Amino acid sequence: MKIRFLIAAIAAVFVTGSAYSATLDDVMARGNLECGVSTGLVGFASPDAEGEWEGFDVDYCRALAAAIFGDSNAVEFTPVSTKNRFTALAAGEFDILARNTTWTFSRDTDLKQTFLGINFYDGQGFMVRADLGVSSASELDGASVCIQTGTTTELNLADFFRVNGMSYEPVPIEDNAEAKEQFFAQACDAYTTDRSGLASTRAAAENPDDYVVLPEVVSKEPLGPLVRHGDDQWADIGRWVLNALIIAEEKGLTSANVREMASAPTNDPEINRLLGTEGTYADMVGLPNDWAVNLIEQVGNYGEIFERNIGVNTPIGLTRGVNDLWTNGGLIYAPPYR
Amino acid sequence: MTIQIVALAGFMLLISWLISNTIQNLETLGKGVELWFLFEPSSYDINQKLIEYSSRSTHLRAAFVGLINTLIVAVLGCITATVLGIAIGILRLSNNWIVAKIMTCWVEIFRNVPVLLWIVFTMAVLIESLPRPATFRGENPESSLLFWDSVAITNRGTYLPEPFFSNGLGDISIFGIFEVSLDLVAFLIVLFAGIFVSNILKKRADKTQQTTGHRPLVWPYRIAVVVIPPIILLYILGFYLGKPELKGFNFQGGIYLRNSLIALWIALSCYTSAFIAEIVRAGILAVSKGQTEAAYSLGLRPGLTMNLIILPQALRVIIPPLISQFLNLTKNSSLAISVGYMDITGTLGGITLNQTGRELESILLLMLVFLGISLGISAVMNWYNSTVKIKER
Repeated sequence: MKIRFLIAAIAAVFVTGSAYSATLDDVMARGNLECGVSTGLVGFASPDAEGEWEGFDVDYCRALAAAIFGDSNAVEFTPVSTKNRFTALAAGEFDILARNTTWTFSRDTDLKQTFLGINFYDGQGFMVRADLGVSSASELDGASVCIQTGTTTELNLADFFRVNGMSYEPVPIEDNAEAKEQFFAQACDAYTTDRSGLASTRAAAENPDDYVVLPEVVSKEPLGPLVRHGDDQWADIGRWVLNALIIAEEKGLTSANVREMASAPTNDPEINRLLGTEGTYADMVGLPNDWAVNLIEQVGNYGEIFERNIGVNTPIGLTRGVNDLWTNGGLIYAPPYR
Repeated sequence: MTIQIVALAGFMLLISWLISNTIQNLETLGKGVELWFLFEPSSYDINQKLIEYSSRSTHLRAAFVGLINTLIVAVLGCITATVLGIAIGILRLSNNWIVAKIMTCWVEIFRNVPVLLWIVFTMAVLIESLPRPATFRGENPESSLLFWDSVAITNRGTYLPEPFFSNGLGDISIFGIFEVSLDLVAFLIVLFAGIFVSNILKKRADKTQQTTGHRPLVWPYRIAVVVIPPIILLYILGFYLGKPELKGFNFQGGIYLRNSLIALWIALSCYTSAFIAEIVRAGILAVSKGQTEAAYSLGLRPGLTMNLIILPQALRVIIPPLISQFLNLTKNSSLAISVGYMDITGTLGGITLNQTGRELESILLLMLVFLGISLGISAVMNWYNSTVKIKER
């Protein structure tokens, strides 16, 4: 691990030159997108039985690749741990990081990252064994708590127990896989991370009903993709790919009907602008005219991506909740495409 | 000569170019080298802390906690690795075929598998095989405490009884950084004084033996001066043991050895012992066979021959490479994070680095700390080496 940091630090010394050139040009020249994802979080980013990456974050990267190349498979995934993700992004090991990363002030400013938006509103929670009989996080005084190091959850955990005047024994672990091993072997009483991550871990248990996620949400964890500072055009592309996915759901564009909707101008001018049948909006950001058509056709809209990877009909089983469209009472909202 | 000077100048230029380039690039990124982050609150908790620490303490203090944890595992590891290594190295030369072969297996198994795998494997075994705290609960618990209900071995760690003093002397604060128990200091002083007196008794006995040929009976007195004064001191201080008890989720009270520490300790000790065993074997074989034969012909038994003739000479060959092994063990302890042991790599080089985003500063400080520890070990061992090596006159 230490060596990785060193390499990244040394790399940071040498590659800063390229970090300031246009990332889009680099990506076009290379012929594929490089995307940093989680090392394995079922539903968000994990390789399937054939070794193909799939998941909520993975689909965002595929949408971006579809927007640039018209091919959602023109993307290479680099798994990174929570610890070295920012160093690796800053060192230019990949073009974009989509790794359920919380948007915070210091990461945005001090670490020189640009967050492109929020694709999932999450919050930190606790999971315990059902037979412990614990029904609230305020009953966890004295418990051993498994925690992934290098995450904002680690800081929230310390604050939560300190503010509530409770003691706990932190059991630091490096990644989700090791957390599962320790938690399922009862080397810790509770496991804390984002509630989406808890749902994913619970789904991977031998018998998910043996575990309960406690009702408390102890923090705000707005997750989203991010790029390094210094290339506003690249940040704009990433931001509007995310917005396009949301607008598509809002306007009822799906992977099934988008090609037909794009064949001729419709009554709704925003759909026309997005799908390139009216105006020259794609030129403004340097993308091909049919970029939105390609990404919606190949990956689907925000709702389709959600339901396919983490929705109620998947083992993860998350309801839309706050992650529903604003028109349905959720927080998912995109600025107008005009 | 000219070529050497040119090469040296070129090398210096390269180094200075690298350094100035690094600083300049970091400035462009808006991340100048600074150390102020060390004095901000760390906001994270550390489980194993020997000095007072909370999530409100500074990053610097967190680094100290980590440094102490590194030193703990390094010292424990070096001691057990040396004891194991010497025993295995000697036994590998045993005339007993089975013993010699078992020791060969030990050496080959441990030194041929990466130490990281040994650490992770040991941790996995501890977690999966030892009883969970929950099994100690209930009317007829599956597991029970050992040694008169004083030692609890669980898959979260081992709880040992903790010494307490009902009329203790209290603590003394050193530079306001950490506190030292005066009871412990008093105990150590009395113990070492006892050992000192015992050594004087031994020297006097040796002297009498050399002058008169008759050795006075001193061993009961030697044991008495070492053992009795500390016992009296403990009685005066009101010594008693606090036993671990199952309260809430975990055992409370007692000395808590976390499994992360135990796994790291066992794995590092066994791994390094394999190398030390080979060094010891080489050292013993380096002593000419004539020495053994001469000792036997004087009528010395094999055990005495080893202790009095072979080992003192072998030590001269053993010490220098042994230093390298101690340094290796200390540096390998930076793999601690793989089992979640919060050493200095885990605090300063891990969480602090991550939460502050100061990679260069943290890594440089970390390298400096390891350099300091290693030079310290080298200095001590070189001093020891100079006391055992052949004195040439």
